Amino acid sequence: MMQIRISDDALAIACGANLLARAFAERGHEVVRTSSWGMHWLEPLVEIDGIGYGPVEAAHVDAILGGTADALCIGRIADHPFIASQTRLTFARAGMTRPTSLDDYAATGGWAGLERARALGAEAVVAEVTASGLRGRGGAGFPAGIKWNTVRVAPGSEKYIVCNADEGDSGTFADRMVMEGDPFMLIEGMAIAGLAVGAGKGFIYIRSEYPHAIAKMQAAVQLSSAIVAPFEVEVRVGAGAYVCGEETSLLNSLEGRRGEVRAKPPLPAHEGLFGCPTVINNVLTLAAVPFVLSQGAQAYADYGMGRSRGTMPVQIAGNVKHGGLYETAFGITLGEIVEKIGGGTASGRPIRAVQVGGPLGAYFPPALFDTPFDYEAFTAVDGLIGHGGITVFDDSADMAKQARFAFEFCAAESCGKCTPCRIGSVRGRETLDKVIAGEASEANLQLVADLCETMKFGSLCALGGFTPYPVMSAITHFPEDFGLRMAEAAE
Amino acid sequence: MAELNEILRAHGSRQDALLPILHDVQAAFGHVSEVTIREIALHLNLSRAEVSGVVSFYHDYHRTPDPRPAIKLCRAESCQSRGSEALAIAAEKVAGARVRVETVYCLGLCSVGPNAMIGHEVHARLDNGKVAALIGAL
Ligand SMILES: Cc1cc2nc3c(=O)[nH]c(=O)nc-3n(C[C@H](O)[C@H](O)[C@H](O)COP(=O)(O)O)c2cc1C
Ligand code: SF4
Ligand code: FES
Repeated sequence: MMQIRISDDALAIACGANLLARAFAERGHEVVRTSSWGMHWLEPLVEIDGIGYGPVEAAHVDAILGGTADALCIGRIADHPFIASQTRLTFARAGMTRPTSLDDYAATGGWAGLERARALGAEAVVAEVTASGLRGRGGAGFPAGIKWNTVRVAPGSEKYIVCNADEGDSGTFADRMVMEGDPFMLIEGMAIAGLAVGAGKGFIYIRSEYPHAIAKMQAAVQLSSAIVAPFEVEVRVGAGAYVCGEETSLLNSLEGRRGEVRAKPPLPAHEGLFGCPTVINNVLTLAAVPFVLSQGAQAYADYGMGRSRGTMPVQIAGNVKHGGLYETAFGITLGEIVEKIGGGTASGRPIRAVQVGGPLGAYFPPALFDTPFDYEAFTAVDGLIGHGGITVFDDSADMAKQARFAFEFCAAESCGKCTPCRIGSVRGRETLDKVIAGEASEANLQLVADLCETMKFGSLCALGGFTPYPVMSAITHFPEDFGLRMAEAAE
Repeated sequence: MAELNEILRAHGSRQDALLPILHDVQAAFGHVSEVTIREIALHLNLSRAEVSGVVSFYHDYHRTPDPRPAIKLCRAESCQSRGSEALAIAAEKVAGARVRVETVYCLGLCSVGPNAMIGHEVHARLDNGKVAALIGAL
């Protein structure tokens, strides 16, 4: 009898991991379901004594067991260049542990951060997180320590920790992989946050499109309740609204209201959930905290560049050969990620564009591939890192259609509170339809540019305010797709 | 409506129970009816307009029943880059009027698209043949 390790991550399952697990079990072998290593093009990945085979189909099972599956063998998984070249701080356990095993978690350093936090006390914990340089991974990159301190010193006996697990950006899956692969780490991070700011309760708001993550988190919350007590965690499920990832919309949703965005101030740190001081952080932000506390702020701050400290779990997605989760220190260039690590397109055709940061992120042409992964460097080229998702497109992409989709998405998901977003997105889509039909490109594109200006400055949140990024970057970098000659768009 | 009463009882009567209640109602009855909205409003001490407003805001809740089986196809950017738009046309053709083809924006499986979800089951690396088989089995 052999021990066969196969992930039970939703992506592995979607690629057939459950069928495969059954096939090995039926042949009398012990099947252990682990988290995913994050090499998605190889899923379902089968691991036997540290050696990997992938992507495996049920028809390959006997060959693997018989030792004649050389064509599928990738050698020692931990030595694979995609894994060996990463700096895995948040994803240190990926592929190695059983997600809801308390034993596995404790045996791999779990709860050490919470233990140290308890010994340090609230103020010192906040100081530690501040010194680590950790910035919010949900998109805005706001320093976590400063947010925590605001809540810590805010008056009020009732405070909350809210984990933003709405992860609606296309091209992102790191939150999902944390929740499905290492749920106790997220719970530990939330418990540390609770201790730091004096909050007794935390909510995890998970999008409904993630049933596997919901189930894993619910199980993990139950299993670990005694360990994190008196801190309590509750899982809440979203209802299919992208805008509910915006923090104030999310709070409204948690309270049982329409997910409309609230005007700021007041900041959630002052008046958040149920009117109480609230820390709201992304999954990856909270998941980085156990490392910061157990290894110390400096160990985290040692990685990165400029004001972007630590690591970013980059998500390589779309039409890419080697897609998956790639955690690395800030500073790596976009080109290194998509060409060297991602291996170019899955279709084998040339790369035309990559969209970074989800549906509100800019489209980059290969000419900008030397941009380093760093919040400030991306802002300097009119882009954003967002949640770290990268979507690769090959040369069959029609950038006018992509720009049109950005407006369409904004129109479909707008919360309706401000006119530039609600109406502007519809007008923008209509105008691009005309451009695509070949009608008066120049005049219509001027109209689109004006609309984008209005949306950028007249929208309450980044849904309306950032939709101009994908639209204008597509027009600027790929003018030929809009019926313009190169020179005209340069302005 | 015995089941509705059970759902209401299970969730308590604070307003923040509204989404959890609506999720259970949608799952149990396939839609959120006018009568149900009235009962929920009473239970949470809200106006009917408030509950209706919440129901209409979120894509997951439906006011009218649709007994057809459904498949959700991801049509977001990463799946677009891997051919979801052509796949959607093929899927519609196979589905006809018998199966509902819904759009979802991202399932978090963006490196192995085009992807789809049926109930809570996820499917990756779809092509025309695979999606036709999935729809045929519904
Ligand atoms: C339209 C919109 C969608 C957003 N979606 C998410 C999301 O899915 N997850 C997330 O963590 N932050 C999202 N954000 C950012 C949040 O508003 C907020 O900045 C974040 O939760 C703060 O946590 P952090 O400081 O840890 O990043 C979104 C913002 C906007 C405007
Ligand atoms: S920009 Fe759009 S989504 Fe954001 S608050 Fe305004 S209407 Fe709502
Ligand atoms: S874009 Fe389709 S799964 Fe993310």
